[in-house]
Amino acid sequence: MVKVYIPRDTTALAMGAERLATELAVEAKNRGADIEIVRNSSRGMFWLEPLVEVETANGRVAFGPVEAKDIDSLFDADFVNGGLSHPLCQGLTEEIPYLKKQQRLTFARAGITDPVSLEDYQAHDGFKGLKKALEMSGQAIVDEVKNSGLRGRGGAAFPTGIKWQTVHDAVAPGDAAQKYIVCNADEGDSGTFADRMVMEADPFMLIEGMTIAGLAVGATQGYIYLRSEYPIAHQLLNEALAKAEAANLLGENILGSGKTFHLEVRLGAGAYICGEETSLLESLEGKRGLVRAKPPLPAIVGLFGQPTIVNNVLSLAAIPYIMAEGSKAYADYGMGRSLGTLPFQLAGNIKRGGLVELAFGLTLRELLEDFGGGTFSGRPMRAVQVGGPLGAYLPESQWDTPLDYESFAAVSAVLGHGGVVAFDDTVDMSQQARFAMEFCVVESCGKCTPCRIGSTRGVEVIDRIVNDENREDNLELLNDLCDTMIDGSLCAMGGMTPFPVKSVINHFPEDLHKPVTEDMAS
Amino acid sequence: MTAFNEQSRQQVSDIVEEMKNLPGAMLPILHAIQDAQGYIHTDAVSIIAEGMAQSRAEVHGVISFYHHFRTTPPGKHTIQVCRAEACQSMGSRQLEAHVKEKLGIGFHQTSADQQMSLEPVYCLGNCACAPSIQVNDDVVGRVTASKFDQLVDQLSTQALEVK
Repeated sequence: MVKVYIPRDTTALAMGAERLATELAVEAKNRGADIEIVRNSSRGMFWLEPLVEVETANGRVAFGPVEAKDIDSLFDADFVNGGLSHPLCQGLTEEIPYLKKQQRLTFARAGITDPVSLEDYQAHDGFKGLKKALEMSGQAIVDEVKNSGLRGRGGAAFPTGIKWQTVHDAVAPGDAAQKYIVCNADEGDSGTFADRMVMEADPFMLIEGMTIAGLAVGATQGYIYLRSEYPIAHQLLNEALAKAEAANLLGENILGSGKTFHLEVRLGAGAYICGEETSLLESLEGKRGLVRAKPPLPAIVGLFGQPTIVNNVLSLAAIPYIMAEGSKAYADYGMGRSLGTLPFQLAGNIKRGGLVELAFGLTLRELLEDFGGGTFSGRPMRAVQVGGPLGAYLPESQWDTPLDYESFAAVSAVLGHGGVVAFDDTVDMSQQARFAMEFCVVESCGKCTPCRIGSTRGVEVIDRIVNDENREDNLELLNDLCDTMIDGSLCAMGGMTPFPVKSVINHFPEDLHKPVTEDMAS
Repeated sequence: MTAFNEQSRQQVSDIVEEMKNLPGAMLPILHAIQDAQGYIHTDAVSIIAEGMAQSRAEVHGVISFYHHFRTTPPGKHTIQVCRAEACQSMGSRQLEAHVKEKLGIGFHQTSADQQMSLEPVYCLGNCACAPSIQVNDDVVGRVTASKFDQLVDQLSTQALEVK
């Protein structure tokens, strides 16, 4: 019996993995090939999806991207025995440079295991961190996280240990005194998919991280607030939750320790703003997702008025490694105040798009060229948006910026959640600036005026500039409007929408001065 | 699916009754109703409001805030086109124009024969294989105009077979 791996990750499925798995099983039967198809998740080398792997004595051999029409030739080339001669053969998976050059801590298991196999997870160090945490005091766990230097991977980069300390020290008020752990799984940024990969490739890791957070601060209830656009992650998380509960790794009296942690997945409903932590809490409470003014911080007055940790998926997913291997092992990666690894996501017009987990500090150019291999279209790359729809567009002159929080801030850009979207030279940057404002119109929660009204006015002003109506005056107005939004908005939605707009004004001004073409007018 | 009859009314009541004691029950209730009935009928709003001891305005306020919830019946098939930046970098603006022309409808519209609904979406998380669309429950990557036409033709063919 030979194990053949075919992923069931969203991207693999979007590229035809389901049909491939079905037809490959049928053909194996027809040919009398003794194979077992394992539905793993993606390794994150998305340009090779669907990536079929065959287990051999030397390790797994990869073939990709495989389409249903390739099945016959694969069997003819005896791929089941690692037939290296097939043109789609990529050699040993682990030796593929894209993967080999990475430093995978959080994504160590991604694509290797069956995502909802508890046995697989435990065979690959799963729940080692939880077992250690069960022996420790809450303060000792918090200290470990502080020492790791972990900063929130949601975008704001706030030190995770400090947040945990605040919740640890807070006294839950009222008769229904309760602390909560909330996982922000509302990954709405274009170009990001690392959270989705965690949930689809390794859901037990998130469950373990959240349970450890619960033990650290004395919270017995957790919620994963998941965006409704991720149905596969939803299904896999729920499967994993049920298995963890059945194995007493979650729920009442975890592994006989006397400690309790309950966890539930809640679905969002297609609102980008609910990725903002206070808006998310409103939504979890069953209300419109309007942002709350801070202070009070959610760590003190959070979900249902109780002290709450709100952490991103990647932050919580980093916890099991930190607890299992120790804070020093984690902090040894990275540079300056950006410690550990960051899973970068290469997307858009890029030849080799996918997930690249590395210690902070390599440059954007290394990521785009060494890993990404240039544009998908083969045309020159012109602009790169980093950090989602609220992140700046970087021109080539800034691509040598090291990927760490401080270096990016120094060039008025943000690293955000690590999403990198490449554009080739056919891009019209005036339209990208316009879209930033348009997106804010659609997604603003509407609570504060700079964001709600400013974005609509922003679209209008950009249209006037593009149409060459009082261009200089309108450019000045646009700058003023951006400053008003930055200074006057209640949260990052309105406060950062000007970042991509300003980056276009500063670095791609020629596109705002182009004569109108038919294409733009459409 | 379009008529809100006694049976639909009962189904909404049952969902509200079963879930109303969950902490923050509103979104789970709205999801359950839309999953069961395809949309949230105006008459469902009063039942939810009563069950949750809120005003109809409050319930309506929640429904209208979220893009996912709809108050009109969807077509037989729902197609979502991603409009976010990663897809834009791979030609989603042109694809979007093609989709609208092929289906003969704009965003948030349903075709006259009730076969197709078209919705925008901002990121399906398939950004490395853009541009992406979602057809009912399935995400499809690297969509071109001709690939889209094939998908729609398949959907139409299947619709005939079912009858």
